[in-house]
Amino acid sequence: MSSARNRELAALVPVAILLTAGFAAVFSQESTRLDNLSLIYGAYFLAICVVTHIYLRIRLPDADPYLFPLVALLTAFGLVMIYRIDDSLARDQANWFVLGLILFALTIQFLRDYEVLERYRYTIAAIGLLMLLAPRLPGIGQQVNGAYLGIKIGPLAFQPAEFSKIAIVIFLASYLRENREVLIVGARRVLGVTLPPLKHFGPMLVVWGASMFMLVFIRDLGSSLMFFAAFLALLYVATGRFSFVVIGMAMFTVGAWFFASTVPHVHDRVEIWLNPYVDPQGTGYQILQSIFAQADGGLFGKGFGESLITIPGTHAALLPAAQTDTIYSLIVNEVGLFGACGVILIYLLIAARGFKIALLASDGFSKLLATGLTAVFSIQAFVIIGGVTRVIPLTGVTLPFISYGGSSIVANFVLLALLLLISDRARREATQPRGRALSLGES
Amino acid sequence: MNRQIVKLFGFIVVLFAILVGFTSYWSVFDAKALKEKQANKRPLLEQQQIRRGRILAADGTVIAKSVGKGKGDAKRFVRRYPEGSLYGHPIGYSFVKYGDSEFEQFHNDQLIGEESEFSSILDQLLGHTQEGNDIVTNLDPVAQRVALSDLEEAGFGAVVALEPSTGEVKVMASNKPFDPNRVPYEFGKLSTNEIERPLYNRATQGQYPPGSTFKVVTAAAGLESGRITPETTIDAPGTLEVEGQPLNNDFSESFGPIALDTALTNSVNTWFGQLGQQLGNDQLFETMEKFGFNSIPPIDLPEDQVEESGVFSEGRALTARDPVDLARVAIGQERLLATPLQMAMVAAAVANGGKLMKPQIWNRVIDPDGRVVDRLDPSEYSQPVSAKTAEELTTAMEGVVTAGTGTNAAIPGVQVAGKTGTAETPGNKACGGGVDENQAWFIGFAPANDPKIAIAASVECTEQFGNDVAAPIFRDVAEAILNGE
Repeated sequence: MSSARNRELAALVPVAILLTAGFAAVFSQESTRLDNLSLIYGAYFLAICVVTHIYLRIRLPDADPYLFPLVALLTAFGLVMIYRIDDSLARDQANWFVLGLILFALTIQFLRDYEVLERYRYTIAAIGLLMLLAPRLPGIGQQVNGAYLGIKIGPLAFQPAEFSKIAIVIFLASYLRENREVLIVGARRVLGVTLPPLKHFGPMLVVWGASMFMLVFIRDLGSSLMFFAAFLALLYVATGRFSFVVIGMAMFTVGAWFFASTVPHVHDRVEIWLNPYVDPQGTGYQILQSIFAQADGGLFGKGFGESLITIPGTHAALLPAAQTDTIYSLIVNEVGLFGACGVILIYLLIAARGFKIALLASDGFSKLLATGLTAVFSIQAFVIIGGVTRVIPLTGVTLPFISYGGSSIVANFVLLALLLLISDRARREATQPRGRALSLGES
Repeated sequence: MNRQIVKLFGFIVVLFAILVGFTSYWSVFDAKALKEKQANKRPLLEQQQIRRGRILAADGTVIAKSVGKGKGDAKRFVRRYPEGSLYGHPIGYSFVKYGDSEFEQFHNDQLIGEESEFSSILDQLLGHTQEGNDIVTNLDPVAQRVALSDLEEAGFGAVVALEPSTGEVKVMASNKPFDPNRVPYEFGKLSTNEIERPLYNRATQGQYPPGSTFKVVTAAAGLESGRITPETTIDAPGTLEVEGQPLNNDFSESFGPIALDTALTNSVNTWFGQLGQQLGNDQLFETMEKFGFNSIPPIDLPEDQVEESGVFSEGRALTARDPVDLARVAIGQERLLATPLQMAMVAAAVANGGKLMKPQIWNRVIDPDGRVVDRLDPSEYSQPVSAKTAEELTTAMEGVVTAGTGTNAAIPGVQVAGKTGTAETPGNKACGGGVDENQAWFIGFAPANDPKIAIAASVECTEQFGNDVAAPIFRDVAEAILNGE
């Protein structure tokens, strides 16, 4: 019996209770009768979590015990919020949650030896880039709000950037693992600035540059910000050279200025961010309504199901994209500053567990992969929450595990699976330094 | 690499702390300002989800109520005003798209049942939905109707009736009136009509030259300061040269040495002009300010919809330190402007033994369970004159109605005290710029020995005098109220 898995099981119980209570709260707002449907949903959710838990018990007995319950908590919270917006959306989301868990299990099943990813890093990078390009391809590409985010093949529609981020992180982690020594040793000082050697830096720059270009090409600014941050984070961790980060930031500033002044779509986003009151009924509507919804929440919020999402009597949105982009504003509106801080705290705890895994991991690839996945996940949360709170321009990325969206949920479960795979090995090696050989000898 | 990983985590902590900081700023620290933003319709839309309380007249007549529309999430309440334009002023309107005004705006928190954040959390936990409170006003429907129909006959203007002992507003009527039910359909027309100005409450916003009605204030300052007694005589010639311009009596009639009652009864300009000069700035302004001039009257209406009264220069109310033509201020001319509400307060203070009560439209707040949760507690605003001075003024004002310029205000069997006023307003833009236009006034109270009601009536753009158009309105409204007692 693994104590890690027991802790995981114990942590799942409050999650299921919270979900049940959340549904109960929504039901009680929506109808006068409080039936036992909330209990049934809670039971389903707990059952699914327990099955996943048993699977983890078998496959990854030593993996981090808190990550899955934390993610389950976010998912449960997201399901309640989405159910509160529209119950049919919640049904989709619940299906995707199950699909996500299936892919989660498949990843764990077939990528037990995840070093194999290193061998295919260029293939993975190419697939990642191709996926980014796909939404622009005629026939399968889809345009949403001026951005080319989705592709549709037959009945299957998804947003490839969500998966692409994992592919790019795998590539970067692998490439940096191999070349970090050369990047450090080969660095030269030019004009007092330490520059990485171009020969070894080149391939990475190409992949990264291509991804950035494509993101601008498909107009997905949120993802480009995420990718860029993950790139810098990995570069910094791999080389320990803060100057590389400074150079990166400088490049970003120039790039951002260039795009902001040449690409109208980018320029508009920045303008709206700086001056939302110029056109409060038009371009500034979403960010202003997002802020107004938060102002209306106060310390404790208005309560589940109490927020106005559409203008009563019409179908016009009062809080546009409440189930995706601005779901955080809805959270602040309904559960207040305290509830929102709780959500941020969960993301922070996930980040802490993710980086803990990176610290424990013994080999370079595992360390960098765990770091990259955790960084890209945390930055994604920052980009969208920062967007709706006007810290940065609002760009459409999903709030991981909470926002409505199949690609996001499924991709993030794959990300979680990779983290748990790394964790399982790292923790086993950490607790049993000479583990494998010894236990083999005993059996 | 571990050191860098820890630093990276530290960076993520900082980023998330920024998110908490911004969320706190929007949701708590800047929340109040955001809720008041023009672009923010959320608070109004939410209020629409709440059944706003009713507003009732003193006899229980429903002035405003909310009716439900739609079902489920689309359920919302819309305001209805069953009495139409009768209470457009001072009740105002409340609609999501156009905001709210006047009484509806001032009493908004009570009408929507707004409570503190903590008690509303308790309500949430207990599953209560927010419900509005009803407010019963002091408005007298019969008198209000008489006032408005008299005004509609007389011309643009306003009537304010106060109960002297409590400050309760029994009547507040303004012509041109508006029907709040029409606001959602013709807001543009109502708000841009510069001649009729139907959304403008002339009772509290109309600043008019008070003319001879102001002599009551001058007399009060004279008696109160001890400068004169009721027996003091001042020689009143037909014409007085003041600041290089002649100040005339009507028909330049010369009265010789007369005392207060004769001077007030015949509204003798040269008598009051000299009294004003004798009083000096300090004494006249002190009395004015005690009557409420130079401040926004303490009534339960939004401050931006209540104007102050005083001597105005370039939009600013002058004080005792500013140079003014005291002789002309004393007879209600110069740059002196007063609202009908202000002049009603003057009459009410004299009627109440010199004590000015705060005028209030509301009377009590009733929660959805029928309990009275708050009740008007009449409070004194100031005491401009002593009981003795008030009595002396009353005697002089009775003469105005029995034997003087205000005989049309007389009510059979009831002692009436009052004062007429007719300010010439040639070239008044609002009247179309005619040369013979007057602002006609009557202020007074009845019964003089035991005042139940104090009234100011004011009519714009009339070629007639106070006694012709304003005094009959006073009489009709006072009769309506006294008959209802």
